Amino acid sequence: MKVQEKEKMAKKNLTALTGDQAITEAMRQIEPDVVAAYPITPQTEIVMGFSQLVADGKVKTEMIPVESEHSAMSACVGSSASGARTMTATSANGLALMWEVVYIAASLRLPIVMPVVNRALSGPINIHCDHSDTMGARDSGWIQVYSENGQEAYENAIVAVRIAEHKNIMLPVMVCQDGFITSHAVEGIDLFPDDKVKQFIGEYKREHSLLDVENPVTYGPLDLQDFYFEHKRQQVEAMGNALNTIPEILDEFNKTFGRSHDLVEGYRLDDAETAIVVLSSTAGTTRVVVDELRKEGMKVGLLKPRFFRPFPKERIMKSLSNLKAVAILDRSESFSTLGGPLFNEIKSALYESDRRPLAVNYVFGLGGRDIFPADIKKVYKELEEIKKTRKIRSLISYLGVRE
Amino acid sequence: MAGKEKGWKEIPIGGLIDRGGTAREYKTGSWRTFKPVVDKTKCINCLQCWIYCPDSSVIVKDGKMAEFDYDYCKGCGICASICPVKCIKMEKE
Repeated sequence: MKVQEKEKMAKKNLTALTGDQAITEAMRQIEPDVVAAYPITPQTEIVMGFSQLVADGKVKTEMIPVESEHSAMSACVGSSASGARTMTATSANGLALMWEVVYIAASLRLPIVMPVVNRALSGPINIHCDHSDTMGARDSGWIQVYSENGQEAYENAIVAVRIAEHKNIMLPVMVCQDGFITSHAVEGIDLFPDDKVKQFIGEYKREHSLLDVENPVTYGPLDLQDFYFEHKRQQVEAMGNALNTIPEILDEFNKTFGRSHDLVEGYRLDDAETAIVVLSSTAGTTRVVVDELRKEGMKVGLLKPRFFRPFPKERIMKSLSNLKAVAILDRSESFSTLGGPLFNEIKSALYESDRRPLAVNYVFGLGGRDIFPADIKKVYKELEEIKKTRKIRSLISYLGVRE
Repeated sequence: MAGKEKGWKEIPIGGLIDRGGTAREYKTGSWRTFKPVVDKTKCINCLQCWIYCPDSSVIVKDGKMAEFDYDYCKGCGICASICPVKCIKMEKE
């Protein structure tokens, strides 16, 4: 680290927190009207920490300790429809158990914010990180933002409130971070002043409250052949709006807090010939490898999509357009035999592009299997081969699995 | 289906019904397979049908059973079943 950077860091108000605790701090500052949540590893610290804040009177939030995640999301739906700013948090099997209501929350256009600490879905049962939980929910109608570290998780949780509640969007948001890898790793987190966060998120005023007895409304009526389709079409439109509106909200966030968030984040891509695309914490590991290989003279880069829903197609196409070969790393398997979800969507986007690199897929890190810089180097070396030969030897590979 | 109904840009989002009392606009009578027909010559105006009708589709005027409201009667047959003089018949639509 350069001396100036060290000095800059020293001036910040850094607090040693885990990724889960960083989320708890975001929730303390957001101070939602209602939190209904059920603890599950590795999200437990969030619910535990927030319950303590409620018990200690540090927040005025109504905490609903429910009996299951299905109940957690159900309580959130009722609460959000009544006009209360509402949050919950979950992981893996917890998300699976709330499945039915996850779709309902999006369909009823309720701006619930849910930190999800990514963990492998059972079975066999596993508590460690992969993205099978939220990737399974990729078509549920929720916005999904993936965080590289605790700092990003903290900031994404704050900005998610504004995204969810924007009148052109009105969709729930999952704020994802990698289970244990960032949720339980301690970092120096740069916390924003409470009042600045409160000012940024503003107040939530719902246009139609379920509890407004003067103006009665119905939420969730039977919606058959005559209108269901129209409501789905509206949801698609909202996701499209989100693609245009999220950058505006991020701009405001960046100006307020001195950040540079975007839909996607490129690293040394401008003159790169090959690149890796990867979500969340593995982007951090990849960045280190990019720097190492750059010293060796290899023109390599990294693209980290921050938002997966809505899918930032144009930005991804543009970012990859000058590359010769790209490897898309998926921390989940789709069992379609066509590779992971990130690979499939990027490949699908590239089909429309006149200038597209050769693309391969690596599925990695399932069930928390560690990924090392050496693994990532191997991918870049393979990309060099593809660049030189213009031939793909293996379209889908499993990085780090024992043969 | 629903070609004359409003398009997706014109309706509230999320399936919200933004005011009360809209059930009146939804004519559930179209669900019916059998419709109740009353024989007024036998009817004793006990109003048991009016009491039991789950859809408030028995219209009473001046204390007497007047007619059925076929806009909302779903044809469940409870009126015919409860009628003590069996003056209500369920006829196929």
